[in-house]
Amino acid sequence: MIAKDYLITAAEGLHARPATNLIRVVKRYKSATVLKKGDRTVKLNSMLNILSMALKGGDTITILVEGEDEAEASAAIEAFFKEELKHL
Amino acid sequence: MKGIGASPGIAIGKALVIKKQANFVTGIPLETSDDVRREIQKFELAVTSATEEIRAIGGNQEFLEIQIELLQDEQIRADVVGKITADNKNANDAVIEVIEQALETFRNLKDEYFSARAADVQDAGNRILRHLNGSLSITPAVTEENTVIIAEDISPSDAITLDITKVTGIATQAGSRTSHAAIIAKARGIAAVVGCGTGLHSIKTNDPVIVDGTEGLVIVRPSQIILDEYIFLKEAFGKQAALLSSLKDVAATTTDGVTVKLLANISGADEMELSLSYGSEGSGLLRTELLFMGKDALPGEEEQFGFYKGIALKAMGRPVIVRTLDIGGDKQLPYFNLPAEQNPSLGYRAIRICLDRKDIFITQLRAILRASIFGDLRIMLPMISNVQEIRRAREILQEVKADLASAGVAFNKDIALGIMIEIPSAAVTADILAKEVDFFSIGTNDLCQYTLAVDRMNEQVKHLYDPFNPGVLRLIQHVVEQGDKYGIHTGMCGELAGDVSATLLLLGMGLREFSMSAASIPFVKNIILHNSVATAREICRKVMGMDSSQEIIHYLREEGKQ
Repeated sequence: MIAKDYLITAAEGLHARPATNLIRVVKRYKSATVLKKGDRTVKLNSMLNILSMALKGGDTITILVEGEDEAEASAAIEAFFKEELKHL
Repeated sequence: MKGIGASPGIAIGKALVIKKQANFVTGIPLETSDDVRREIQKFELAVTSATEEIRAIGGNQEFLEIQIELLQDEQIRADVVGKITADNKNANDAVIEVIEQALETFRNLKDEYFSARAADVQDAGNRILRHLNGSLSITPAVTEENTVIIAEDISPSDAITLDITKVTGIATQAGSRTSHAAIIAKARGIAAVVGCGTGLHSIKTNDPVIVDGTEGLVIVRPSQIILDEYIFLKEAFGKQAALLSSLKDVAATTTDGVTVKLLANISGADEMELSLSYGSEGSGLLRTELLFMGKDALPGEEEQFGFYKGIALKAMGRPVIVRTLDIGGDKQLPYFNLPAEQNPSLGYRAIRICLDRKDIFITQLRAILRASIFGDLRIMLPMISNVQEIRRAREILQEVKADLASAGVAFNKDIALGIMIEIPSAAVTADILAKEVDFFSIGTNDLCQYTLAVDRMNEQVKHLYDPFNPGVLRLIQHVVEQGDKYGIHTGMCGELAGDVSATLLLLGMGLREFSMSAASIPFVKNIILHNSVATAREICRKVMGMDSSQEIIHYLREEGKQ
């Protein structure tokens, strides 16, 4: 299992459009991915789940990836938060 | 059945019933494992066809993408399947419970944007349920020519998703002449009858229907005799419309040589263009709400700039009066969570929001100012009730101008700033306010609502909503007179401006600028062309001496027949 913390850098937070892109990244891999913020943990393959976390700019979250392709999946998620999110 | 004629013309076509249905938990448990398998399959099929329905709408608007994502949501799917298999719930009940739980979470979110997503979740849930139960869609794609929309009411968001190009008529159960259904229908020249009541329930999709927007009648499954009569009437109306459209390029000048300006109320560049074909000389009211609705977040400066510039270019030098943001009251934004109010019409709305949320106001003013070099844009502030609001707004406008100037951005530094007169205090103090602004525009809908203390959306009191009430007419006359006295321009942009029975009365009061739904322009022009200001003054003098609107309306109707 790989766990990584991320800071949401998009000022308005993780809105529907970036959430759609994030789900697409997650669904490319077989690994199970969950998002943790405070005491809530949800599966990251669902728009409903991401929106219900109400992630705002400046929030810190933890993403846990577990499965056969966890290294690749985790790297892709990292690329999403560090690069892609800026352009959305 | 009888309703209120909201947009003139005759529509003959097939009904398309748009239902907002309630969802019911059936409570019927599943008994065998076959039942469970069948319910899961039903759910999967409903999701697939619901997704196809959205894809068929096309376009890449954000709310459509959210819909697809939610319909296919793995969490919703897992929860629904869980309830079916573990709790023996049928698919309908499982979906209702899962959506209800999700909504509970969203309603408790503090953030405006995220809590407003509850509407998307609700929408997705309703869509699945509709497909599950095999009922018709809420915002169906209009595929057939000559469709007549039958609905409870048409909300502003329906108006965005509804493809109106093949719609020939609209009939709604609720609503009034000033409801959104009426406004849209008039802008597009579609026959409409509103306020038909529950009788509309008897109409089914594909029933042949006639909508007579001139008389306010809806006829279901007409007999051949009636159908023939209406085909004849429709042709006659078409001929009259052709005659009126021949007036397109004729100036609206009275027989004694006074020229009146006739403008259109619009919501976007396409309506600006359409209004020119009716002979409009510009726009006396550009509603900017559409720019803010059907979105996920406030539109940025660039998007707004593009919107205003597009309209300025389509107007080709004709004046366009831009009303600054007028949300609140019955117009809500999903991402801008206005608190529920006891009295929304008297609450946090329009200029009150703009002066409080300076950031929103500044963005809009910057965009309007930047677009002002592409035409004759003017700024109009809604819901002004006192002089301080004007002064404060002007200060902010000056700041924005100074910022643009120091950044070397081009704009019209003499852009006109005016106000809507729609609150009685503003009408009564028109002499005071006239010294502060470049123009007035009388908004009769709200002025009437506030003067008579009548909520025009309230079914039980809407009959009291009456712009011919002598109290309302006196306020209007006072505003026109004070505008003249202080040498500022006075226009009218409420529904009364397009009401042909009021044209001569308003002309007699001294009004020289009328802004209305584009389709009404030729009718009003026709009246102006055939009458004199002298006659109009005489009519005005008589009307202002009458003591009831009943007498006034009767008199004006008799005058109109001559």
